[in-house]
Amino acid sequence: MNLEIILHAGLATGTILLFAAIGEVFAERAGVLNLGVEGMMLLGAMAGFSTSLSTGNVWLGLLAAIIAGGILSLAHGLVTIHFQADQVVSGLSLTFLGTGLALVLGEGLTGKNPPLVPSLDIPGLSAIPFVGPVFFTDHSLLVYVGYLFVPLAWYYIFHTRPGLHLRAVGEKPDAADTMGVSVYGLRYLYVFVGGCLAGLAGATISLSVSPGWYSVQTTSGQGWIAVGLVIFAQWDPLRAALGAYLFGALRRGILDLQGPATLLGMTNPLYINSNYGFFLQMTPYVLTIIALVIGSRQAARKRLGAPAALGLPYIRGERGL
Amino acid sequence: MKLPFTILFEKRMEDVPKWLPAATSIGSVLIAFLISGIILKLIGGQPLRVAGFFFDATFGSWAAISDTLVKATPLIMVGLACTVAFKMKLWNIGAEGQFYIGAFAASLVVLIPMVPLDSPRIVIIGLMIIMGMIGGAVWGFIPGLLKGKFGVNEIITTLMLNYIAILWNNFWIFNKWSDAGFQMTPPFEKNAWLPRLADYAREFRAFSGITLHLGVVIALVATVVVWWVLERSRWGYEIKLTGDNKEAARYAGINIVRNVILVMMFSGALAGLAGMSEISGVVHRLQERISPGYGFTGIIVAWLAKLNPFAVVLVSILFGALIVAGREIQPSGLAQLLQGIILFMVISSDVLLRYKIRIIRLQSPAAGEVEVA
Amino acid sequence: MSESPFAVEMNDIVIRFPGVLANDHVNFTLRQGEIHALLGENGAGKSTLMNALAGLYRPTMGTIKINGEVVSFSSPKDAIAQGIGMVHQHFMLVPTQTVTENILLGLDEPRFLMRLKAYDQKVLALQEQFGLRVDPTAKIWQLSVGEQQRVEILKTLYRGANILIMDEPTAVLAPQEIDDLIETMRSMVAQGKSIVFISHKLHEVTAVADRVTVLRKGRVTAEGVDIQGMTKRDLAQLMVGRDVVFSIDKKPQEPGDVVLSVKDVHAENNKGVPALRGVSLEVRQGEILGIAGVSGNGQSELAEVITGMRPCQGSILINGEEVANQPPINSIRHGVAHVPEDRTHVGSAPNLSITDNTIMKAYREKPVARGWSVDFTYARENARKLKDAYDILAPSVETMARKLSGGNLQKVILAREISQEPRLMVAVQPTRGLDVGAIEAIQTLILAQREAGTAVLLVSEELEELLSLSDRIAVIYEGEIMGIVPAEEADVEELGLMMTGTRLADIRKQKATADTGRIEA
Repeated sequence: MNLEIILHAGLATGTILLFAAIGEVFAERAGVLNLGVEGMMLLGAMAGFSTSLSTGNVWLGLLAAIIAGGILSLAHGLVTIHFQADQVVSGLSLTFLGTGLALVLGEGLTGKNPPLVPSLDIPGLSAIPFVGPVFFTDHSLLVYVGYLFVPLAWYYIFHTRPGLHLRAVGEKPDAADTMGVSVYGLRYLYVFVGGCLAGLAGATISLSVSPGWYSVQTTSGQGWIAVGLVIFAQWDPLRAALGAYLFGALRRGILDLQGPATLLGMTNPLYINSNYGFFLQMTPYVLTIIALVIGSRQAARKRLGAPAALGLPYIRGERGL
Repeated sequence: MKLPFTILFEKRMEDVPKWLPAATSIGSVLIAFLISGIILKLIGGQPLRVAGFFFDATFGSWAAISDTLVKATPLIMVGLACTVAFKMKLWNIGAEGQFYIGAFAASLVVLIPMVPLDSPRIVIIGLMIIMGMIGGAVWGFIPGLLKGKFGVNEIITTLMLNYIAILWNNFWIFNKWSDAGFQMTPPFEKNAWLPRLADYAREFRAFSGITLHLGVVIALVATVVVWWVLERSRWGYEIKLTGDNKEAARYAGINIVRNVILVMMFSGALAGLAGMSEISGVVHRLQERISPGYGFTGIIVAWLAKLNPFAVVLVSILFGALIVAGREIQPSGLAQLLQGIILFMVISSDVLLRYKIRIIRLQSPAAGEVEVA
Repeated sequence: MSESPFAVEMNDIVIRFPGVLANDHVNFTLRQGEIHALLGENGAGKSTLMNALAGLYRPTMGTIKINGEVVSFSSPKDAIAQGIGMVHQHFMLVPTQTVTENILLGLDEPRFLMRLKAYDQKVLALQEQFGLRVDPTAKIWQLSVGEQQRVEILKTLYRGANILIMDEPTAVLAPQEIDDLIETMRSMVAQGKSIVFISHKLHEVTAVADRVTVLRKGRVTAEGVDIQGMTKRDLAQLMVGRDVVFSIDKKPQEPGDVVLSVKDVHAENNKGVPALRGVSLEVRQGEILGIAGVSGNGQSELAEVITGMRPCQGSILINGEEVANQPPINSIRHGVAHVPEDRTHVGSAPNLSITDNTIMKAYREKPVARGWSVDFTYARENARKLKDAYDILAPSVETMARKLSGGNLQKVILAREISQEPRLMVAVQPTRGLDVGAIEAIQTLILAQREAGTAVLLVSEELEELLSLSDRIAVIYEGEIMGIVPAEEADVEELGLMMTGTRLADIRKQKATADTGRIEA
């Protein structure tokens, strides 16, 4: 159980959750709950994989993944923003849609080997003791993109004018509307952004971190974990990143727990009976529940929490008090 | 080119015509089939042939109809589970997990065993029914408590519990109760099986090979019970009121926390009952895969049925047919895709329930009159 | 550019909503540098007309001219560009953001990076110019209602608005704060602004306006008439169309035993701030105790602790039994009827039928309950009887509650609560937002309860209503009772002073000293 290895793997796995979670942060900050993340991720994974395979160009694959996620999210946007349908059910239907599409269009992709996203070291930084090998050595390009993305997202949301409008639209859309901010327009935009990032997250799995196409198993619920992380993150990209990397590290740590014969000086029960591994596999899901409980209680305590208009359709002229 | 009329979406002020909800649901299904057919054509399949297979496989013979009903049986109960929860705006996405735990709990009767294995059939099956409901209820209790007491989002907790339930199941069947190292338990004794029509093949030759089992009766009984609870009982009134306006329910003196927990338990119990029915009526053992996603299909069933228990039965038969046909049809993900499109179409068409379309003839401006804005 | 004495000219405006003709060929003009009142009862179409001027609605027919030029607004941004600013009745402010952030919302500047400190300074400078003081770095939820209104006004001034529309600005202010607002308005007019002042309160209109336009049911009944020479009676007639009876028929009666006894109650509001600080009062059978005070001083919380919807410290007795800190079901069982402030989000279930709404409190007991089930046949019959008795306008008892007008919905709620034959009725802002006909009906129902011997706790923002209905009036300010006076002896000035924080005892003392001073001199 090498801490360096666990952290290193955690950063890679965490990047997947990070893109999806921050994408969802954008959408929810604008007031739209998007539960279709899992479907968009899977579709993105498939689209990226298949495009990279057929064109031989992994960058086109990434682009395809992003667009696939984005287009699917626009369907969600249309139904919830213009048709004012229930956001929860619409998101669920998109999970089914995305999953179904991915499975149907992804027939026959298993076992193929398209070009993948390259891994590299960052010269100079990778030489720093401990930090270097963990953070800056032998990581997929997408991981480094992730590092840059987090502070940019944070700064955008909290310290720029467009970020102010984003938050206003999710907190009090009628105030934004009367000041001339396009509530519908911004909501569509950020739902789209969320969908694109979910698609990217999917491609991060299939073209980078866990390369390959394994049908539904490709994502195995990570989209849902990302949605849970948003609540834990209190809609803040920095906390979302923290949660994502932590989860990633825990997943790797769990795998490693199954290997050695002794654990902390005692015999490792997993070594004796690998079936106990099932309980270990439960850990990410149990942790998500715990993270949610923590997040919900903190929200109640701080009397802050979700953007006030989250989940509610905006209709001009309705005096919603 | 200027059109001589404009189209307006206007908020519907009068009551919704009674036929409209059913029409939107049926219309959605038809359009979904159409779209799937198009997609199939685009990827090189043959939609009409597929449609032919579909009909043969699902309604083409008594055996086919029986197969369809067998698949519909757990769907009815899971659909009811989702209906109950959704009525109170509790998004129970965990029917799949509650199904598995229900199956597990029912299996315990035989695996421990809880009563001697040569007890009368009615005792064993009765006990399995009770255990199935208890298992599902416990699995519904957990997210119910978290939501009621701590306000934790039930969508994610129930979903996480799905994965946990499957892993839990796996542990026991790979490990302690494994049948010679395979991922399943040994088959149950005959008197733990729900009676099937095929059992009476000696008396009625027509019944040979018909796998329709008593579970369908259990499902229909459950339908009536759920209808009565939701539409006629005092508790049902509380559920309806809480689902429409939580604050008003609180103002009316209703104990919201208690109802959240109880409704989740009721919902879980119904899903657990479905699990028991599959175990005892179809599979006759506990194994790794006992559900092709019934828990998720149940969500769509409930929504398509517009939360009406009797409509749930009808929709379940349709979806049962889809599952039966899905086994034969390539590509395999098509059934899921179809389900997704149906649900998407249903929620899109819901907009017609709230707004109506009006076409207005534009009049040419008369002399001296001001132009239209 | 044509020279026009009119800052705003609206001609032949028609605005139609599904089922409602909100503005029916309305004409309206606003002169440079005047304060023009737009008068009408609730639902007459005043807000709709001004919302069109502010760019929120497109008129179906008609023209709008600003300074003589025809304009067409497709969004609020266009109106803002023409120098029109609206101060809404329900504030359009984002609670979690600061004053400056709210003022900057929707503007193109700053381009990308927020440099709040620089803009804080700009906001302060603007405040100096018009005398509207508020801390730019404070978050909106931390501000008082009066301060929030100042932010709303600053928003419009920051954008260089020359034409200001103020929608019912005094609804949330105490009498002294209203005087401050009038000062601010005069100062703005002196600096070249023109103001439209929407109201349904006659005394304010006569106090501040230069000209008045009256709307009734979407039509103009008086267009741009000079205020001088109009009496309140004239205006009321134009508003309602018949001679309005200003007084209500209240019979004198002796109150009976004490029903509600509140002793030294402390409670917090939703933000964790103390909302009730040692409140004590009593209400007897057959009397109406009115609670006066500006919204936000603890009235809502008082109603909530009595009806079991909020925890508190202290004692609340109904007929001698303790009901404090018990769930709502308990106060219902003790015979407490509650007509809540929020009729759509608390008092009714919008998507359920009228029948379902009428049995909300009765469904646990016979005859509505039958064992474990609900006798819906009986419930429907009963609902029909109530519909006739209370004159509720609706297609049927199966109609969904949210299709009902405010007045009819309130009647449903009152019908339900009165059917419970309560010992105590807690009514919070029962006539808010209703038209005159509905107001009269609701007030009559409340008086009838008084005659029937029910104890009534009536919370209202309208002093006139309290004066005409109550037997005694208590004034609440920042969670404390400033004083309780019998309604007949109540003096509006005294009440106003109590509403802004002076205790009754202190007022009387000051008066006594002033009187003796005068006598001596």
